[in-house]
Amino acid sequence: MEEKSTFSDLTEAERKALEELMPDEMGEIISSGIKRRHFLKLFAVTGTSLLAANLLGIEQLMARSVPIEEQPSELIENGINVSFEVNGSTQKLTVDSRMTLLDTLRERLGLTGSKKGCDHGQCGACTVIVDDKRVLSCLTLAATCEDKRVTTIEGLATGNELHPMQASFIKHDGFQCGYCTPGQICSAVALMDEAKNGDASYVTANVREKKSAVNLSNEEIRERMSGNICRCGAYPNIVNAIREVHGDKAVAQVWQFADGTI
Amino acid sequence: MRPFKYANASNPAAAIKIVTADPAARFLGGGTNLVDLMKEDVMHPSQLMDVTRLKFSVIEKKANGLSIGGTASNAVTANHDLVRENYPLLSMAILAGASAQIRNMATNAGNLNQRTRCTYFYDANMPCNKREPGTGCGALHGVNKNHAILGWSEKCVATYPSDMAVALAALNAVVQVEGSGNTKRNIPFADFHRLPGEHPEIDNTLKHGELITSIDLPENRLAEKSYYLKVRERSSYAFALISVAAALETNGNRIKDVRIALGGVAHKPWRARIAEQWLRGKEPTQANFRAAASAELKHAKPLGQNKYKVGLAAKAIVRALEGAMQGGTYGAMEADSTTTNQN
Repeated sequence: MEEKSTFSDLTEAERKALEELMPDEMGEIISSGIKRRHFLKLFAVTGTSLLAANLLGIEQLMARSVPIEEQPSELIENGINVSFEVNGSTQKLTVDSRMTLLDTLRERLGLTGSKKGCDHGQCGACTVIVDDKRVLSCLTLAATCEDKRVTTIEGLATGNELHPMQASFIKHDGFQCGYCTPGQICSAVALMDEAKNGDASYVTANVREKKSAVNLSNEEIRERMSGNICRCGAYPNIVNAIREVHGDKAVAQVWQFADGTI
Repeated sequence: MRPFKYANASNPAAAIKIVTADPAARFLGGGTNLVDLMKEDVMHPSQLMDVTRLKFSVIEKKANGLSIGGTASNAVTANHDLVRENYPLLSMAILAGASAQIRNMATNAGNLNQRTRCTYFYDANMPCNKREPGTGCGALHGVNKNHAILGWSEKCVATYPSDMAVALAALNAVVQVEGSGNTKRNIPFADFHRLPGEHPEIDNTLKHGELITSIDLPENRLAEKSYYLKVRERSSYAFALISVAAALETNGNRIKDVRIALGGVAHKPWRARIAEQWLRGKEPTQANFRAAASAELKHAKPLGQNKYKVGLAAKAIVRALEGAMQGGTYGAMEADSTTTNQN
């Protein structure tokens, strides 16, 4: 079938998700690809939980990119052979010594979840987790990553199950444009470990008092997340999303769809 | 970014030898400042020698204090039990700087080697004697609201950006360095960074090729009364307009030992020795703190746009000393500042 062949790009699960959610749009999606408009419509036709369940398939569909072409060696100056783990799989590549981890993830490995905001270590949009610590991939040279373990936003979910922090950001609407979100979420995931370790912050009442784990107040969350700037100003919702994952109590959702559903 | 060679050092002596032999080579720590400066074309090293895997990351007790490794990260240092317990001033200062991500990357040695954030230094189209000697100082009669009020010269009015270094100045730290041919020496912290004078292009007294292996913190009795106050334009993730590292040891109702160092006021962490001298042996009262602060700042020479810093620094010194007297707890200082604001 003609339609089937255009569809060969989709997995069965992705096709099913789209058909269930937007039967009227399928023809257009098949002929011209998925557009932001379709994605927005998902918000209108689904409840949050249903959306969350299907989001991964859709996200994977949208992130489906052209195969990454291997860099011709004449374009690499001062090449460094480097091997490191990204989201559980080992990557071996030759990088220009100037290549940052961020550019390597985006341009060489096709992992465009990590965002280039300022590219100068001032915004946090490029935050990834290297060897269990959150770092800025825009100021990390790829050459320095030998044998390291890198986790990006693409590596947080388990199969089709969102990481609790991802689900919580959706529940609490912890974003508007979404550009800072991958960095915010990676940062927040690493923050949970720092809190468990009892790490202090500038607003910790007394740094001499050591605790095995710290309970983060809103002020603590804000201070510890200050390396992630959100130009849309979704901070109150980001704090709620983090509090939900960090605490043992559910945090009330403060928004609803126009028809009153949540 | 201009092309450069990269090598991962596995042996300190070999790494030091290679860097020493090439005047344009640099050591690479966390890269949080150097990589950015390379992107801005402010610095263009011929090669980077990555020293982060060398065995200089240990934090351990020494006979007369604590030794913190040059390649230990800022985050690990600030959260180390021995640092939090015995040198809370250092923990607080590190945690006041940058963001969690940057503190995870930045090394202690790199922190001391970071460059000024003066916008004229950062903009390769502007005159700057620090970046390009002889081109003049754009900030001297330009936009200088964030610049120095003490110790500056006609050649340079930039300030030193580190918070960590302000605490190290107050703690009388000693910088241990290793040079080529296995030569080792130590540099008292007060002599590590320098005032600009005629040569603002030179930030500190390290010789090219010398590697900071550790920073020694001598024992003290200041831990119970230490406070790091940072005043900035937003409450986190911003460089200091003024910062104060304050620590006291009292004997009865008298000040036995007092340390005050200022950030954001000079080309180096500014040890307020006049104020310290004034306070030793006196009672730790607000009136005395005020008198000591104004004795220190009598010598301030503000520029066109930063007269506010003189008054701000005086008030910050008083508040930091009061914070230290209250046990250096953040909550207490916040409650206090609310009262102050209402007045």
